[in-house]
Amino acid sequence: MTPLLGAVKITTEYYLAVGALMFTIGAVGLLIRRNTLIMFMCVELMLNAVNLTFVAFAKRLNDAHGQAIVFFTLVVAAAEVAVGLAIIVAIFRRRQGVTADDVDLLKG
Amino acid sequence: MLALFTQPIDAARMIAVPKIDWLAIGPPVVLFTAALAIVLLASLLRGRSLQHDLDDWVVLCAFAGPIEFWLGRFSAIRYNHDVFSIIVMLAGIGSVAFAMGVSIVRKHTFAASLVIALAGVISAVAITVAQWNVVRTSGSFTSMAGAVAVDGMAVFVMGVVLVATVFGLLLGTSWIRREQLEGPEFLALLLLCATGMLVMASANDLIVVFVALEVFSIALYVMTAFDRHRIESQEAGLKYFLLGAFSSAIFLYGVALTYGATGSTNLVTIRESLTGLVGGDNGLLMVGFALMLVGLGFKVAAAPFHMWTPDVYQGAPTPVTAFMAGATKVAAFGALLRIFVGSFDLLQTDWRPAVYGLAIVSMIVGSVAAIVQTDVKRMLAYSSIAHAGYVLIGVQVATESNGGLGGTSAALFYLGIYMLMAVGAFAVIQVVGRARETDSSLDDYKGLARKEPVLAGLLTLFLLAQAGVPLTAGFVAKLTVFKAAVDAGQFQIALIGMLSATVAAFVYLRIVLSMYSGDEHGSATPVEGNRLTVDLPVRITISLTAALVLLFGVVPGWLLDVAEHATSILAG
Repeated sequence: MTPLLGAVKITTEYYLAVGALMFTIGAVGLLIRRNTLIMFMCVELMLNAVNLTFVAFAKRLNDAHGQAIVFFTLVVAAAEVAVGLAIIVAIFRRRQGVTADDVDLLKG
Repeated sequence: MLALFTQPIDAARMIAVPKIDWLAIGPPVVLFTAALAIVLLASLLRGRSLQHDLDDWVVLCAFAGPIEFWLGRFSAIRYNHDVFSIIVMLAGIGSVAFAMGVSIVRKHTFAASLVIALAGVISAVAITVAQWNVVRTSGSFTSMAGAVAVDGMAVFVMGVVLVATVFGLLLGTSWIRREQLEGPEFLALLLLCATGMLVMASANDLIVVFVALEVFSIALYVMTAFDRHRIESQEAGLKYFLLGAFSSAIFLYGVALTYGATGSTNLVTIRESLTGLVGGDNGLLMVGFALMLVGLGFKVAAAPFHMWTPDVYQGAPTPVTAFMAGATKVAAFGALLRIFVGSFDLLQTDWRPAVYGLAIVSMIVGSVAAIVQTDVKRMLAYSSIAHAGYVLIGVQVATESNGGLGGTSAALFYLGIYMLMAVGAFAVIQVVGRARETDSSLDDYKGLARKEPVLAGLLTLFLLAQAGVPLTAGFVAKLTVFKAAVDAGQFQIALIGMLSATVAAFVYLRIVLSMYSGDEHGSATPVEGNRLTVDLPVRITISLTAALVLLFGVVPGWLLDVAEHATSILAG
């Protein structure tokens, strides 16, 4: 361990903070970015932030349940990726780019 | 080799077989199996041009056969296997087998898939009836290590979802044939979607809630984008997907924080650990369940989390819209009730104001924004937001001590009735929309009453029911919700509800007026060949929903009674 890290005690709170930060970056990214693929990646970032949070809490509570939950989340995220990419490919086969603002036939 | 099997059995070679409670997980398992069977069948009978052929008698056999079989089965149990019941059962099996056999021999893939789908859903309904009897006689029970709860509320929500699924299948059948799309896939997706909703209704663990939510959401994203002839449908699918995934992630983060605060994701365990946490410093828990409320608010389309609703309801194929309005709302409200009323009732001072606010905003936004719309599907989308608001009134008085469980049963009753009204209205809209669903603006409804008096009359019935006119079920539903609020002493929210119902009535009357004000110049297209085609599946759907809306409007007692007995939530 390097002296720098040795001076800092890394506790689960750090991981929770990183998780919260990642989740916020994902949520803000989803709201402000207009590229559909990037918006999609932001959702994945949010889900992985939750995974980190679950693992950190599992460590803190000394409870294996929280770690098992991560596998459920991973499977769900994988299924979502498959379906989401399929929809994106289907819709943009007829179009030029993947910008969400071009998807404007329905007002709202 | 053989000697291995003939040795005497000793303890070392025994493998404990896990006990599976089939009654508890029966409905979703049956639906999932039916969906798999359809996929298998479709892949075996692929590549035929006959895939959309479907005779009316096949639909009738597929619909009536399973009902007949299960009626015979229940009567056989009651009357100790008398000959008559057995004959009815055999007739049911016979008609299903005949329809199935003929469809397979003639290579009518879609017809065979429909037979499987309807048999599966109706059998699942029969299992929920059996569950209901068990819950009524010997009380609620849990299964799968406490992750699945079978209680009154779960069974009620499952029943409503399954009935909506039957209607969704029938409407979808008619739509698939009209648009010439891939039939078996659509039916399989609808069944998978319903599977997720059934699991969600009885989920007693936050992770099961999340997985079920994703199972039905992912199927719904695909179904929303299913119509490849219409770019609007794919656009709606993309929007629903992005916002739906966003809301699921928010919900999951809420679950994670709740897990961190309470040390468990099981709703019963959480409730037990809350007794020690109430009144303490539990910011983690507050944020956790606030995020869960936001996530579920998205799914039930409560304002201010309703942005996706109008676009998705308008762009999605109409049978999917009907299913979404009828079933998704019920399943998501089931989870909402179970989590907040069942498990977090000790923290009601914290979440009730939030739900109170959501209810008011939903009612006002839904009613007022619907006025300025010109598309009928969009109008009904906004009205579904308002209906979510009325249900939320029931949710937020559900923990009131003097109101008893009136709130829960009012919310459940409202959801059941709303499913019928919404499915019926969207069924008519689907027919009026014609091929490629081009006709859904208010102008397209001009003169409908003269051309199609019966359809216009039925749509009027469904719209008046949604407006809450007496002698329709919608009136009773609104009455029970407002009564629950007044019983709890909350006059303001009941008043706001009534005012917003008045505003919403204007919206429905606009559609009705449009239908009955014939355009003087006649329609642009010639009258000959301009008749709307109403095929048998749609006929069954519209007549059943209309009959039930009238029946529950005149004699609501039976369903009210059921809803009152459905208030047992295991975690509570």
